[in-house]
Amino acid sequence: MSVNYGYKRTAVGAHYGLRDWLAQRVTAVLMVLFTLMILARIIFSHGPIGYDLWAGLFSAQWMKGLTFAVIIALLYHVWVGMRNIWMDYVKPVALRLSLQVFTIVWLVTCAGWAIQVLWRA
Amino acid sequence: MTELASSQRPKRPEFRNINAFKDLTTYRMTPAAWVSILHRGSGIIMFLLMPFVIWMFDTSISSEISFENFKAAFNVGMLGLPGALWKLAALALIWAYLHHFIAGLRHLWMDASHSAVTKEFGKSSAMLTLAVSITLTLVLGAKLFGLY
Repeated sequence: MSVNYGYKRTAVGAHYGLRDWLAQRVTAVLMVLFTLMILARIIFSHGPIGYDLWAGLFSAQWMKGLTFAVIIALLYHVWVGMRNIWMDYVKPVALRLSLQVFTIVWLVTCAGWAIQVLWRA
Repeated sequence: MTELASSQRPKRPEFRNINAFKDLTTYRMTPAAWVSILHRGSGIIMFLLMPFVIWMFDTSISSEISFENFKAAFNVGMLGLPGALWKLAALALIWAYLHHFIAGLRHLWMDASHSAVTKEFGKSSAMLTLAVSITLTLVLGAKLFGLY
């Protein structure tokens, strides 16, 4: 991040949340493209739609890598969204901080599980 | 000076935090307002049901045996709960994903285009969002519950 203190401190403009705002958009686009790719691969597949097709979608190493990136994108996307909700509706600092900590623990736990499943399968 | 300090001055209006039960119910909810609050609601649903999503990913992909368990949860039931209830949870996720997805595309479109943030387009795009997400939810829900 660029220097934002001393004589270089930005005194005007409401861009302090720009990074999270942009990250929310970028991760959203990544997840949209991922969703459309999965749908396309199922729609244009041959043979019955069942376990073999579904597991086959995630068998290649490049797909595992891409899915890993999407899981991390989802993690960050949900963090920005849930933090916004807590900031909007929960004013007591202790309760808000507790909910934010819960959100992080919940998300990191879920991401760890999903990533384990991804490379075990 | 004494008349200035007297208590005859008109009472100033007071603005306090809105009351969720008294004030929120008086709001006139436009289509854009519904899309907005449902965007939040659908996000919270997916956040809370995230372990269920990963459980589905886990059992559906790990092995053919676990894939059978995955299907059985919806057809027979699981953890003492009937299969229909698990299908209902899946349908809630289907709606949440569809609404969040389409409302999110609407947001991205509004970020990129000035013509998308007019009052008229805000209303028509909100109605389109609700129409498409609800229609697709009904179509996929009917398939999920075996109506066709």
